[in-house]
Amino acid sequence: MSAIQSQVTEEVHPDVALVARAKLGDTAAFEQLVRQYERQIFRVAQHITQNREDAEDITQDAFFKAYEKLEQFQGNSKFSTWLVRIAVNESLMRLRKRKTSRTVSMDEDVQTEDGSIPRDFAEWRPNPEQLYGQSELGDILRKAIKGLPPGFRTVFTLRDVENLSTEETAEALGLSVPAVKSRLLRARLQLRERLSRYFRHTNGEAKVDLH
Amino acid sequence: MTCTEFLSKLDDYFDGKVDAELLAEVQAHVKKCSHCEVVLDSTRKTISIYRENEVYEFPEDLRERLHAAIMKKCSKAR
Repeated sequence: MSAIQSQVTEEVHPDVALVARAKLGDTAAFEQLVRQYERQIFRVAQHITQNREDAEDITQDAFFKAYEKLEQFQGNSKFSTWLVRIAVNESLMRLRKRKTSRTVSMDEDVQTEDGSIPRDFAEWRPNPEQLYGQSELGDILRKAIKGLPPGFRTVFTLRDVENLSTEETAEALGLSVPAVKSRLLRARLQLRERLSRYFRHTNGEAKVDLH
Repeated sequence: MTCTEFLSKLDDYFDGKVDAELLAEVQAHVKKCSHCEVVLDSTRKTISIYRENEVYEFPEDLRERLHAAIMKKCSKAR
């Protein structure tokens, strides 16, 4: 009885019905899914590749692949997580093509302990983003994230920009939960270090007196 | 709690996934370790700045163009 009850009361994600309709050939249903996620997929692709033209191509390819493979989507994960996974794979493939001499995968970047220990302990200003104009702030944020290894950038984007859970991120990237957590910590700490030079109290206001 | 242990709990702490006992340990550590206090504050700000600011623009004309291209590509597939 409890099983039946839980089935009845369990909240069904609205995408489930859209996917079911799209599988039956309802183009309008698929178009609604595209509309819902095109911004997110573009953002993910742009964060990973750091290139707008690549991100445009990847967004098209990811939705096209999703459309073609819709039959294979079993609904074991959220549709959006499945879609993000396709987009991440496309993005990493694009990076690999660009850097022919270097491999790019989610497994790289973890060989060293680089960036896993904080070094800059200067306090930040209370509202550091207000120190800069919108376009200058954008430049700072883009520059900082661009400096991260692709694997870290990807985890940070899914967890902290797109707000996916650790489990969803692990699923989208084909990584274990501990692997996501370790990459996320290092991505956050490295970004923090990079941003610190812009957002910290300036020397004149530092708490330490220099004599 | 050491600084390394503190760092390893940061993610769960931000997600509100630490129990009362661990929460008290984290708070006690931050109170006595000014370095970790700074790391906690600035990491929290790092996350919120990226979450609240659109780092890459996605203007409406680009969205429309991309949307049309996606639907055109898919319409040829089946």
